[in-house]
Amino acid sequence: MTDLIAQRTAAPIAELDGGRPGGAAPGPGRAAAGKRRRRGPGQSGWWALLFIGPTAAGLLAFYLWPTVRTLILSFTKSGPFGGSEFVGFDNYAELLQDPELIGALRNTAVYTVIVLIGIPLAVGIAALLNTTNLRGRGVYRTLYFIPVVTMPAAIALVWRMIYNGDYGVLNEVLGVVGIDGRSWLTDPNTALVAIAVVGIWAGLGTNIVIFLAGLQGIPDTVMEAADLDGAGPVRKFFSITMPLLSPSIFFVSVISVIGALQVFDLVYMMLGRNNPAMPNTRTIVYLFYQAGFLDNERGYAAAIAFLLLLIILVLTVVQFRLQKKWVHYE
Amino acid sequence: MLHSTRTVAALAASSVALVALAACSSGDAGGGDTGDVTLTYGIWDPNQEPAMEEIAAAFTEEHPDVTVDIQLTPYKEYFTKLQTSVSGGAAPDVFWMNGPNFQLYASNGVLAPLDDASVETSDYPQGLVDLYTFDGSLYGAPKDFDTVGLWYNTELFDAAGVEYPTADWTWADLEAAAAKLTNPATGVYGITASQYGQENFYNSIAQAGGEVISTDGTESGYGSPEALEGIALWTDLIAAGSSPTAQQMTDTNPEDFFLSGKSAMFQNGSWAAVAYAENPDIAEKVNVAPLPAGPEGNQSVIHGIGNVANAKSAHLDVATEFAAFASSEAAAKIQAESGTVIPAFNGTQDTWVKALPQYDLQVYIDALETAVPYPVSKNTAAWTAIESEVLAQVWAGTLTPEAGLQQLADEMQAALDAESE
Repeated sequence: MTDLIAQRTAAPIAELDGGRPGGAAPGPGRAAAGKRRRRGPGQSGWWALLFIGPTAAGLLAFYLWPTVRTLILSFTKSGPFGGSEFVGFDNYAELLQDPELIGALRNTAVYTVIVLIGIPLAVGIAALLNTTNLRGRGVYRTLYFIPVVTMPAAIALVWRMIYNGDYGVLNEVLGVVGIDGRSWLTDPNTALVAIAVVGIWAGLGTNIVIFLAGLQGIPDTVMEAADLDGAGPVRKFFSITMPLLSPSIFFVSVISVIGALQVFDLVYMMLGRNNPAMPNTRTIVYLFYQAGFLDNERGYAAAIAFLLLLIILVLTVVQFRLQKKWVHYE
Repeated sequence: MLHSTRTVAALAASSVALVALAACSSGDAGGGDTGDVTLTYGIWDPNQEPAMEEIAAAFTEEHPDVTVDIQLTPYKEYFTKLQTSVSGGAAPDVFWMNGPNFQLYASNGVLAPLDDASVETSDYPQGLVDLYTFDGSLYGAPKDFDTVGLWYNTELFDAAGVEYPTADWTWADLEAAAAKLTNPATGVYGITASQYGQENFYNSIAQAGGEVISTDGTESGYGSPEALEGIALWTDLIAAGSSPTAQQMTDTNPEDFFLSGKSAMFQNGSWAAVAYAENPDIAEKVNVAPLPAGPEGNQSVIHGIGNVANAKSAHLDVATEFAAFASSEAAAKIQAESGTVIPAFNGTQDTWVKALPQYDLQVYIDALETAVPYPVSKNTAAWTAIESEVLAQVWAGTLTPEAGLQQLADEMQAALDAESE
């Protein structure tokens, strides 16, 4: 894992951009990639096909084909045991009038915004962990990474206990400093925030590792030059570290937004069906689950899934457009 | 490599959700009769697997050319898997069914009627026969059943100087006792008024003379004043402070209050008996009484598993025969001896009652007399989702019972109307 991470530099982020049709305006990397493709498969092309073949086959079978099937499904009304009729855009029309959709969109948006707070937090922690004179660096790195390799179900269970209104550790601690606690997960005002905090905590490890790799990719020579120019640690962080780290930050924010928009497991595991806070916490994917698996309305659920796909697509395109303004590639 | 994986993740976006849906295809497993027959039998409870194997062996003894292969699927995945395998034509020949899912399967022609199999409806409690009858035909042979009783903690009753619940308790007795048993100083509540249908409000609605759903499964009963009375019993207990709040019961599993001696009463199904007897914390301190009576009596809902046969089974005759056999008197006796569930076959229930003589388990059998069927319709899951969501607001106090039940009645009716379209 660490070896893989250590190889990470800013360059692949440019590939991520270049390989994406309809992404950012063509930069140099993208134009080059396009030219290469137009040359047609020479001998090296066949080799390339051989190597990407297994991945491409998997992609076709497990991502593209289901996506196409789901698109078709979203235009149908299906019986619970197969058999379906074509209903055109009925599912989409019904979805746009669903009062629960507005709530789910709002909740998902709020969750996503809160989770994005985790990014500066991860940058800060990564910067601290990257200082060479920190003792026990390995221990801290392991501690931050443990949530990433922990089962989501276990995470949900433990945090449920922490948030428990009667016996939770959180309220115990707050009680010591004289603050009255509450039932964090059942109070409509706090449930979503409580879940987002767990989301940040669980994702912190991955982000820190990515930022650490980005930080280690910053050449020492640049830093030495800054030292010679008399820059202090704060100035160095904002004028050198941040710009050179921006490709990693961009990458993490794209992945985080996509991940946050798809949040389901924490809501499902930590709240439960009878939770009075559900209307204020239900996310889009939870709505999808409800339609597809509780109400047996697969066509409608497929429409929800496609709406989400569309939202993610638009937000990702916007992020790629905006990166020109703040992401620096060496 | 890591990067390209991430690129894929970015491009594929919400495919995770998409994959889950696309698993619908059709096809037929098929297979002809060639002398020896192997039946598959789908079940979900590992505790009952030994008894089911014994029943399968007994069937093979009668029909030497038939072997029964038991397929165990954990309950959480059972119905998701079953639905997919029915769509794909790969469902077991005979399988367990429950009330909420039954009509969905029966109305879509998935199940074979058992009218010609040797199932004598008079051998089973009427509530169970009704539960597994659709359009006048019996599709499920009742395998076992559960009714509901009022469990109480004798130690807490003694400490508060309250008499134990009796068969002629009314709601008023329950409320008075619950208030008396509640002790904020020790954190003890009189009762746990959880938002459970089968254990709590399905019973109280029937006790008030109302119904959750009409007998034909087309009309919601939540708009009636009787249903309101049945729901208010529980919300009033919370409002009076005799029960933990809805928030507390969401944070902490309601039954845990009872198991840890923080709640003196808890209504629970017959399945609880074995679990309580094996729990050293409370085994010696609890007992069970009949439910308290409302204006119309002390009805309990009855629910049970049914043995059903797959209409597309390659060996339909043998499959219906085995479904009937697995619910027969001989099979019931095997189950009763295992002590896990109350067999549905009339007259075989004594063995279960006697298995745990320290508890008054006869109350569960006596409850049969007035038991009402578990409320179901063609697509039960569609309106129980609405039910649990709206009632969560009622239990939490953000909606009054009046407003909540009106909303529930309207939304549930819309879901029921959509079913019959």
